[in-house]
Amino acid sequence: MDWVNAVIQGILLGGLYALFATGLSLAFGVLRFVNLAHGDLAILGAYLAFSSISTFDVSVWATFFIVVPIMFAIGYVAQRGLFDFTLGEDPLPSILVSFGLGVVIQNALLVHYSATDRGLSVGSLATESIRVTNDISIGWFPVIILLVAVALLGGMQLFLSFTPLGRAFRAVSDDRDTARLMGINHRNLYGLAMGIAFATVAVAGIFLGSRTTFAPAQGPSQLLFAFEAVVIGGLGSLWGTLLGGIVLGVAQTVGNQVDVDYGWVGGVLLGHLVFLAVLAFRPSGLLGAKS
Amino acid sequence: MTDLLSVDGLDAGYGDFQALFDLTLRVAEGETVAIIGANGAGKTTLLRAVAGLVRASGGGITFAGQDLLTLPAHKRVGLGIALVPEGRRLFPSLSVRENLLIGGHAGRRGNWTLDSVLELFPLLKLIQRRSSATLSGGEQQMVAIGRALMSNPRLVLLDEVSLGLAPTVVKDLYAALPTVVSGGMTAVVVEQDIGQALSVADRVYCMLEGRVSLQGRPDELDHSQITTAYFGM
Repeated sequence: MDWVNAVIQGILLGGLYALFATGLSLAFGVLRFVNLAHGDLAILGAYLAFSSISTFDVSVWATFFIVVPIMFAIGYVAQRGLFDFTLGEDPLPSILVSFGLGVVIQNALLVHYSATDRGLSVGSLATESIRVTNDISIGWFPVIILLVAVALLGGMQLFLSFTPLGRAFRAVSDDRDTARLMGINHRNLYGLAMGIAFATVAVAGIFLGSRTTFAPAQGPSQLLFAFEAVVIGGLGSLWGTLLGGIVLGVAQTVGNQVDVDYGWVGGVLLGHLVFLAVLAFRPSGLLGAKS
Repeated sequence: MTDLLSVDGLDAGYGDFQALFDLTLRVAEGETVAIIGANGAGKTTLLRAVAGLVRASGGGITFAGQDLLTLPAHKRVGLGIALVPEGRRLFPSLSVRENLLIGGHAGRRGNWTLDSVLELFPLLKLIQRRSSATLSGGEQQMVAIGRALMSNPRLVLLDEVSLGLAPTVVKDLYAALPTVVSGGMTAVVVEQDIGQALSVADRVYCMLEGRVSLQGRPDELDHSQITTAYFGM
């Protein structure tokens, strides 16, 4: 029963990882841009929610309506005012600039909020659960996170498939110059894509902060999990990103169970091993297009 | 007739490589102008400079009295300039229908709509749900032309429409050209196939090493003149 429980908890944890990975996947898909500040942006989102709660005395749920639009705006401005200048044939400048931005965010958070662990309280929801059997109970909050992840990825997929703006995103991703010939302002679209990426990672950050505690230096490990989810699922596939998040989550919780029962492996390590195995045997990812 | 497009002393190229030298060319409203020349003569660069994908380093381009050089590529479509690029350049992750629809992204109104484009190329009606990555060369070219028409251009730039296509397909495509320009649309056609170019054009420019080496009406030019201008010997 412990094992079944581990798998269930892993699937739920995967919802959070998928949320982290969505923005990374989108930014890579549309801009071919690897944003190394992505994890730090999630933590920034969590701190913005923390400040919103202490300033306006609102619930965690209300902070989404404050933080997500702010992060969207920051994303758009960061793209137009910073990342835009780094995009070119050579991927290195954009990677270095985003790495630098991550360092700046971490240190700014440290100066402003100190290194103390913080948390966002969702009240009694944090402990409410559905009791399936005596050994297995499913927490409501992780279920909500997974549902939000599915809704967000599904919504994104519908947006890309069926709206004129989504069509323009795909066109720019295919062939930037030809898209410009269609009258598409690629810089504006890049800004919007980065805005959406920042907005989704803010959602992930607020959920992370509500599930566990967070501190300024935690970004890079979140970035790593997001990366692993994207690669396991397959680059450029949104449903792959969801699947990748879930596979990573299950690997981690099952790894923890192995650690409890036998005293070896451990969750994070098994997650990394699954990631390496996918990279070695199926480099295009579970649902990625082979190219 | 007034000039719709005038290119004056244009210098342009890619990085350190200069492809166009002091090039001057005029296209009147309603005219079909062909540009011929060997590989590397600068024909594609000229079209891309007019469309805004290549930056000019000197000279000027004016369209309907407006200076083009200060406008980015995505704003030139709105003025009525459409390029059918060399190699078709369809969007592979979009369906045929979506490729056509995105041609109308700039929102210029006119006679060309999805329906009228599908009427011009009835074959596309049958394959509009297919992924554009699965099309034959001829089908791709129809989509590329249809996509350009969807922006209701005043000036359509056609780059190497016949390249890599079977002769019968090329004949079909060029058969559609009179319908396209009959509505008063101006066309600039770049071709390596000289016979094809001379048969559709009101006027011809021949380019050699980034410069205009010959120009005139097809009936004024004789074979030896064209050969000299084309090969530079």
